[in-house]
Amino acid sequence: MLDIFDILGPIMVGPSSSHTAGAVRIGNMARSLLGGEPKTANIGLHGSFAETGPGHGTDRALVAGLLGMRPDDLRIPRSFELAEKEGLEVSFRKVELKEAHPNTAVLRVSDGSGRTLELQAASTGGGRIRVDALDGIHVNFTGSFNTLIIRSVDVPGKLAEVTWILEHGNVNIANMNLWRAKRGGSVLMVIETDEKVSPKVRTLIGELEDVTGVTYYEREDA
Amino acid sequence: MALDSMQEIFDAAEAGGREFWEVVLDTDMEERSVTAEASMEKMRIAWRAMLEAVDTYRGDRLSASGLVGGDGKKMRNYAAEMNTLSGPYLAAVIASALCTGESNACMRRIVAAPTAGASGVLPAVLIPLYHRGDIDEDAAVRGLYVAAGIGAVVGSRACISGASGGCQAEIGTASAMAAGTLTALRGGSCQQIGHAVAMALKNLLGLVCDPVAGLVEVPCVKRNVVGAVNAVSCADMALAGVESRVPVDQVIDCMGEVGRKMSEEFRETALGGLADSPFGREVKERMKNRV
Repeated sequence: MLDIFDILGPIMVGPSSSHTAGAVRIGNMARSLLGGEPKTANIGLHGSFAETGPGHGTDRALVAGLLGMRPDDLRIPRSFELAEKEGLEVSFRKVELKEAHPNTAVLRVSDGSGRTLELQAASTGGGRIRVDALDGIHVNFTGSFNTLIIRSVDVPGKLAEVTWILEHGNVNIANMNLWRAKRGGSVLMVIETDEKVSPKVRTLIGELEDVTGVTYYEREDA
Repeated sequence: MALDSMQEIFDAAEAGGREFWEVVLDTDMEERSVTAEASMEKMRIAWRAMLEAVDTYRGDRLSASGLVGGDGKKMRNYAAEMNTLSGPYLAAVIASALCTGESNACMRRIVAAPTAGASGVLPAVLIPLYHRGDIDEDAAVRGLYVAAGIGAVVGSRACISGASGGCQAEIGTASAMAAGTLTALRGGSCQQIGHAVAMALKNLLGLVCDPVAGLVEVPCVKRNVVGAVNAVSCADMALAGVESRVPVDQVIDCMGEVGRKMSEEFRETALGGLADSPFGREVKERMKNRV
């Protein structure tokens, strides 16, 4: 059934739940999964995001999200000025993707000290989003849960070590997926959890042998 | 409970000796495993955000295209200074609908109800009642549960987005939510709430979604007024004992069916109706290539 607060909500800066609120969430997701303050962002707009995006403030909403704002932040309309102040350099382009949702954005972000991320996500309606790709690897998660993104070398037993740490941190896993480009290459784990994952637990996972990166998205308070 | 039929809510209310809004509250507590206090606190936050949008509206902002802004202020001034045709309450309803609709178009903060484009309808009928002391905050919050329950049923049986079902799914649903809420707040029975919802939705059946240049501006802002005024009339009819001949759940199903059969040009694609008028095409051209 529908959550009644999806009917009366979200509380958001207008004008469109898909083109504005969802766009803020996509930007925020990219910031979180970069794991650092973004300093440059190249934003590709696809489909309806490219066609009617600027009229809906989609561009400003994405930048607001990159600055860490949530959909109800009154500073969203001023995000371009704020980005300049905070030293975030933004550029936009139109992209044509194959078989992508009409409201899709591709964000290439970097923190200026080596961390980079390419995130493709769609705004699927009512302010909800879905992440479709991370660094070119196809994924599928929505930010409705706290989400851990773990990168590691493809060796046996890594997943068990991660889940052991989560278990001992009293974190319950809601959903889990694992992707890899090829056997023995690099692996991307997407772990959605019911509880928040503390910085300590994340550090422990990051210190595991063969784990090359841990980033984390904390869901908006329900 | 699944909140997928109005009849089911009526039955649950009757069986448990509960009011309509309480059945919706019970469902939320169950679905999200939260206490009544936590659920109501969240609803209170939504109510305050609705109120804030209208109370802080100044009419000094323009939308992206420049087509929207300032009409709420015009209506307020007119209502304050002139002898309106519609009378104090309805004039305030019209002004409030414009204020929220414009706030949305001009990137101010609103509460989607059920969508951002239709966010003006529900607050428009409630806020004037609140300001003149007919309802207090607790009553408004109870009213929002009624609205949410109705919206959930429509969303489950039919649809609540312009892209799926045209404007009837957005403004039509918002109007039905507002009509049922007003009826409940005035002490109407579950059956009367159902009749108000059915009448409000029937009156807007077939309404197309044809936004100029694809923006939530023209005709969206003013359609919030239509949704709100329609809600007031349907609530008054229901409270007077007027009944919808077609049962409410059947009306909702019809709205869904009309939406499914509606051609794509009229479902938020900005390819038909007002969007495809010479004026609409001109605005679209002007807004193009801004990336």
